[in-house]
Amino acid sequence: MTTDLMESGNGELGTCVDVHSRTSRALEADAPSERAGVATHCAYCGLQCAMTLTGSTTTDLAVAPRRFPTNRGGLCQKGWTSAELLRAPGRLTTPLVRRDGELVPASWDDALGIVADAIVRTQTAYGRDAVAVFGGGGLTNEKAYQLGKFARVALRTSQIDYNGRWCMSSAAAAGIRSFGLDRGLPFPVTDIGSAHAVLLLGANPAETMPPFLTHLVRAAEAGGLMVADPRLTPTAAKAVDGGGLHLQLRPGSDAALALGMLHLAVTEGYADRHFIAERTSGFDDLWPIAAQWLPERVERVTGVAVTTMRAAVAALARARDTERGAYILSARGTEQHATGTDTVSACIGLALALGLPGNPGTGYGTITGQGNGQGGREHGQKADQLPGYRKIDDPAARAHVAAVWGVDPADLPGPGRSAFELLSALGTDGGPRVLMVHGSNPVVSAPDARVVSERLTALDLLIVSDFVLSETAAVADVVLPVLQWAEEEGTLTNLEGRVLRRRRALTAPVGCRSELEIWSELAGRIGCSTDFPTDPRTVFDELRRASAGGPADYSAVTWERLDAGESLHWPCSTERPQGTPRLFLDAFATPDGLARFVPVDHVGPAEADDAEFPLVATTGRVLQHYQSGAQTRLVAELCASAGEMFVQVHPDTASAVGLGEGDLADVVSRRGRTRAAVRVDEDMRADVVFLPFHWGGEARANSLTHAALDPTSRMPEFKACAVRLEAIA
Amino acid sequence: MTRTRRHVLVVGNGMAGARLAEEIRQRDPEAARFAVTVVGEEPHPAYNRVLLSTVVAGGITPRDTRLKPGGWWAARHIDVVTGTRVTSVDVDAHTATLGTDGTGRTGRTERIVAWDELVLATGSTSFVPPTDGLYAGAPRPGAVLADGVVAFRTVDDCGRIVEAAGSASTAVVIGGGLLGLEAARGLLARGVDVTVVHPQDFPMDRQLDADGGAVLSRVVRGIGARLVLGRFVAARHARTDSVPAHVVLDDGTSLAADLVVVATGVRPRTDLAVAIGLDVARGVVVDDRLATSVPHVHAIGECAEHRGEVPGLVQPGWDQARVLADVLTGSDPRAVYEGTSVLTRLKAPDIDLASMGTVDVDVHDPGHEVLAFTDPSRGRYAKLVLRHDRLVGAILLGVGDAAGALTQLYDTGSVAPRDRLSLMLGRAISRSGTTEGVNLAEMPGTAVICRCNTVTKSAIVGAFRSGADTVGAVADATRATTGCGSCKSAVDGLCSWLRSAEPTSPTPAPVPAPAALTEGAA
Repeated sequence: MTTDLMESGNGELGTCVDVHSRTSRALEADAPSERAGVATHCAYCGLQCAMTLTGSTTTDLAVAPRRFPTNRGGLCQKGWTSAELLRAPGRLTTPLVRRDGELVPASWDDALGIVADAIVRTQTAYGRDAVAVFGGGGLTNEKAYQLGKFARVALRTSQIDYNGRWCMSSAAAAGIRSFGLDRGLPFPVTDIGSAHAVLLLGANPAETMPPFLTHLVRAAEAGGLMVADPRLTPTAAKAVDGGGLHLQLRPGSDAALALGMLHLAVTEGYADRHFIAERTSGFDDLWPIAAQWLPERVERVTGVAVTTMRAAVAALARARDTERGAYILSARGTEQHATGTDTVSACIGLALALGLPGNPGTGYGTITGQGNGQGGREHGQKADQLPGYRKIDDPAARAHVAAVWGVDPADLPGPGRSAFELLSALGTDGGPRVLMVHGSNPVVSAPDARVVSERLTALDLLIVSDFVLSETAAVADVVLPVLQWAEEEGTLTNLEGRVLRRRRALTAPVGCRSELEIWSELAGRIGCSTDFPTDPRTVFDELRRASAGGPADYSAVTWERLDAGESLHWPCSTERPQGTPRLFLDAFATPDGLARFVPVDHVGPAEADDAEFPLVATTGRVLQHYQSGAQTRLVAELCASAGEMFVQVHPDTASAVGLGEGDLADVVSRRGRTRAAVRVDEDMRADVVFLPFHWGGEARANSLTHAALDPTSRMPEFKACAVRLEAIA
Repeated sequence: MTRTRRHVLVVGNGMAGARLAEEIRQRDPEAARFAVTVVGEEPHPAYNRVLLSTVVAGGITPRDTRLKPGGWWAARHIDVVTGTRVTSVDVDAHTATLGTDGTGRTGRTERIVAWDELVLATGSTSFVPPTDGLYAGAPRPGAVLADGVVAFRTVDDCGRIVEAAGSASTAVVIGGGLLGLEAARGLLARGVDVTVVHPQDFPMDRQLDADGGAVLSRVVRGIGARLVLGRFVAARHARTDSVPAHVVLDDGTSLAADLVVVATGVRPRTDLAVAIGLDVARGVVVDDRLATSVPHVHAIGECAEHRGEVPGLVQPGWDQARVLADVLTGSDPRAVYEGTSVLTRLKAPDIDLASMGTVDVDVHDPGHEVLAFTDPSRGRYAKLVLRHDRLVGAILLGVGDAAGALTQLYDTGSVAPRDRLSLMLGRAISRSGTTEGVNLAEMPGTAVICRCNTVTKSAIVGAFRSGADTVGAVADATRATTGCGSCKSAVDGLCSWLRSAEPTSPTPAPVPAPAALTEGAA
């Protein structure tokens, strides 16, 4: 049996239709020899498509898709070209240190010496919290875990957070609030594949994770794919083509839409009153709020017709009643708001009213974005968190983790600042003066990025670990060259909570080091006696112990089991040795086992449009690029396909300021301006412009965005800010 | 309660009064500055009146109409007094007399409370015409109606309709306005044989024009209601041993009516305002700060008349409550209420009707631009009235898909899309971003066939000409179909077309027969 088959051998492939029949069958037939290649997963998004790498040098390494339940043998252009990243020009192979204003090559000893000295000097003078850490949702589980441990045990700083705060935090907070637990999809992604009704809220997987669409084929063909998005995205177009629905809402009106649909579910008899009575609490608190969101009122706020809302609710209920599968899935469009947590709670309220969560064949989930967006939010790089999805202010959690780390629980710091608050405090009185960045490019990806860029320059020392000179690395004082995906071993946890192995296919270029080595070395240099192992497998075994008993319990997941092809979804412990593909079937993870309706209301965007800034800007991704684009912009084929920075706008809106297709325009908000080529699109709402966020400099979309933060999740308002469009004189 | 707090006394526990209490608490959450008392005549906690027609239709119960869960008001230090009327007010002494009518357990009681700010949110009452047989006794406003006759205003009315519908097999709804049609729709859902009697030539005549009204008449009849137009009910007769209950119209026609629902409009409740001595026209006259003619006395909701308008819908009352809360608490001292754009939307799953703004404008009116679409046999009618490129009125019947975009255009006063057909559809006429259903022959070479891998038609044609003549071979050569797989049929169609168009020729393909293409692409 091949490794390929074993890893995917969970019985679900029998029902799959492979996307890429020829190549995948050919690979599948190969024996697991070196010649057959290395089975690993994609460098990019949270779907973590399975792929096989052949070749053993940077130049001859080739990527082929591999049969696996999540991607069914498919890969998008990013995945196909991911080997190019390994041979991208500008790969960093030596540490860089800023001298006389220039980044110049330095030895590892010198670079780490500068870092260690700065840490010690700064902490001695200004206290532990004067050194901060910023992580990323693309880091492996081992690195995410070790980074949290390094911050709490070696640096003993509370100042650690990561870019996942800007990704999954609202969905996570709302999930915990209602279900007692946050796992993006509480069921295998393949469950969606049999559903006849799927409502996507602010999700555009046709561009953000294309192979995910294979799981939507049945719904689309049944006319049951429904997409709520301000734009007619390729995903929404697919829905419409199949006879499904596009709910073209105004940005930031998602909560009103969800409450209006909940209203309709109740008044038109689609609510599952039995489920509400038996398996939930709090309906009586949410319903009176939804009752005031008459669909006719929601229509005025969202721009979504009552008939469309009604049809969407009816389609979900019909699929549920006929046992043909009904799912509601949210993503960043709905979540990345200053009211994101409440908005997701409203969406969950709709799902609960329809009785979808916690039952086989139906459900609610959030589509995790970053490569390790799931695992990365579980193991302690979040300001308020310890490994295993434990809370840092929970004494029992502190005691457990401190014991694993061999330290006194009292020595563990408490919760620190959230991502934007952390970055905007840099170099201020009482704020951090030294920052270490791992797996993130906040100069491009932070909200109100001009402010964040300014704060970075106020630091005494900025240390960036990356394998390319990202916009953030370019302004660093020390740049440490690290490994990238195909050069390292580790695990990632995909969007459905399944733990996957990342495997090494190549030896890293001479001069690069793993972050695990960097932290181990630095810990020693700053006088920390705790052991920081550098072998990923050893780190994973420690992570297992640290997570044991926590909500995200990995204790029974071993590399041996993963390498033997077992499909393991957390929690996976001695009590649940086979893992938990489907959560909540018997009870929710709340203390009383009931899912909670949370009484939330629609508030709307923090920044209203007005005469000066009459349009709403919303941001997102294009298919060819990933996140800040630091990686994908290095791949020539992707750049050629995606073109340059653009602003998508209705032709009337463009011509009102004298702009036409291809013209260069400035998009201006109260915080900054972004230069982009006009792309006219008749399907745009006339009051909305869309900007992709993959570029820096003048083309940086986040120069515009608003850093109003969600009170619970601290998610910034990425998806709605007031702007105007200007022709360039 | 300390006297350093100001006491706001709200008369009326309806949707406007209750909302005002809530808005004040949002601005003073700890009740540090304001004590709030809401006095309501009905014995129930505040409920959502707009949902009553849904209760009649059977979707929800009266309990589901509560505005807030039990204990909500008390937990927020809002003193709600139900089953009680404000019987008199002394505007000089700033006091009010609260009385119960003696039907409750407490018997007839009176007490006097002091207030600093008085807000009238007394709403309106159903107008029931003095037709023979509708009242139990002498016809006068507020008098008891005869058995089998229900006005449609309160949750208790709603309960009576539901109860009567259980035994009634026939009902006559007097009045074909919004409420009458919603009541008729609800009764139909309960299996009652319903006739709507309306004195005008078409229902909802205040919101529609004649053409739209004619289409609506067809729609109403189409869902199973009888509709009698241009007539009024002259008398109603209770059941006797020999004759079932019925109504007699002005032309002598008799209609069986086990139940009569009166939906002939509402009148603002201004009796208290008149007694106080406030300026009252149709309603209590208020200015842009919701102030009446007497200092510290305010009015909101359906009892208030603002700039000559008396609202009949909930949204203006809510908007007024927000502004008045800003004014009273000082949280926005400059807050003013400048009116609410009125949009009427019939709430019935099978009648999709929206009406907004100015609609009774002739298609050829020189001062307006009017677009119209009439499709009576399918129950569709759309009329859009524009002035200076902005939507100032619309009737949308049976074209619900467009309602979302159009209501927002109307509300925001934005410039309408230049393409008027798109305007009417509420979306672009041709959608971009999809390759499905597109003629492959006519598609430009730069068109992306495989989005996941950005593979263009030209690239596939090139691969085909280099020998990749199957989907699998094209996939290997270009990666087309290897992402989400949904372009597989398009690639297959392209290969079929190329095979038939240029079996061996390396030169560009002639345009093939469209039929073959369609087949291949399907």
